[in-house]
Amino acid sequence: MHEYPATVEIIKIAIEKSNGKYVKQINLVVGDLCGYVASSVELYFPIIAENTCCENAVLNIERIKPKLKCEKCGELFERELFSFLCKKCGGDGFPTDIGTEFFVRSIEIAD
Amino acid sequence: MEVDIWQKIYQKNKEIATALSEKLREKEILCVNVLGSPGIGKTSCLIEIIKRLDFKSYVIEGDVEADFDTVKLQKLGINAVQIDTHGACHLDSPLIEIAVEELSPEKGILFIENIGNLICPAEFKIGEHIIVLIVSVTDGSDKPYKYPLAFQKADIIILNKCDLLPYVDFDFDFFSQGVRGNNKTAPIIKVSAKTGEGFEDIIKYLEKLC
Ligand SMILES: Nc1nc2c(ncn2[C@@H]2O[C@H](COP(=O)(O)OP(=O)(O)OP(=O)(O)O)[C@@H](O)[C@H]2O)c(=O)[nH]1
Ligand SMILES: [Mg+2]
Ligand SMILES: [Zn+2]
Repeated sequence: MHEYPATVEIIKIAIEKSNGKYVKQINLVVGDLCGYVASSVELYFPIIAENTCCENAVLNIERIKPKLKCEKCGELFERELFSFLCKKCGGDGFPTDIGTEFFVRSIEIAD
Repeated sequence: MEVDIWQKIYQKNKEIATALSEKLREKEILCVNVLGSPGIGKTSCLIEIIKRLDFKSYVIEGDVEADFDTVKLQKLGINAVQIDTHGACHLDSPLIEIAVEELSPEKGILFIENIGNLICPAEFKIGEHIIVLIVSVTDGSDKPYKYPLAFQKADIIILNKCDLLPYVDFDFDFFSQGVRGNNKTAPIIKVSAKTGEGFEDIIKYLEKLC
């Protein structure tokens, strides 16, 4: 549900940077651990974009899987359910910022 | 034409939160963001903590609707204000700014009881200096595996309702392993807001930060 105001923010950012031109594409980066569901943003997008310069824009979402870093060998790995252990050496994994992204990378505007 | 942006969606919230936490620091106020699912005992634990603190305490109560918790605190003589989010699932820093103005706190501790929810509040900075995560033995011991973000962000983890341990299957080892997978440093403190047990360690922790 909190994807609605987030989608409003995304469109605000695109409008602000579009220089009054039509926006053809919005490139959004969404980590799986960011707390926002990519598919809900997709759902709200056309509704909120209506009657703005983003109304015909394609929303392109790059999703990022969270990775842990191994304390022992430095390996970056995706965790298994109910485990935080390194797949290479069995060491303890600790969280990284990979997977917490939620930002507009770029927009494509009409020439 | 492609325009590079690289802008976080909630950049503005973050900027306001940073400014607010600096402002509170200058006034010697420790701001504590209290997270936890609905009904795990956030308000009950706050009451137990505030009773024992030597510092002046303030509470901002975030709720989707209804001000029971605020009224309960005010009846105990605690300085509390209410924020209704009217359906929104988390507090954000502009809302906190308004509430802080209303409270006009002085040197002491400001607790913010966030909306009962483990997912979105963890993502949102609201001007806090530390995050206290409260979980309850009735939630099940698998929560650190299912809601990693809240456990990653916590500075201290309170395990409440320990008076109920004999009646529930709570696997403490499995729980603390899950916590350690997400967070190497946060202490886990066992308490019961019903019996009042375990709160001394929380008081020590908070008073050190004041
Ligand atoms: N047995 C037992 N019950 C508790 C304990 N702490 C809280 N409770 C009970 O749990 C219920 C919820 O407590 P609250 O303090 O209102 O919980 P909360 O997290 O503030 O709830 P919301 O603000 O509605 O999300 C109440 O009935 C409390 O009496 C405890 O340590 N042991
Ligand atoms: Mg409460
Ligand atoms: Zn390893």
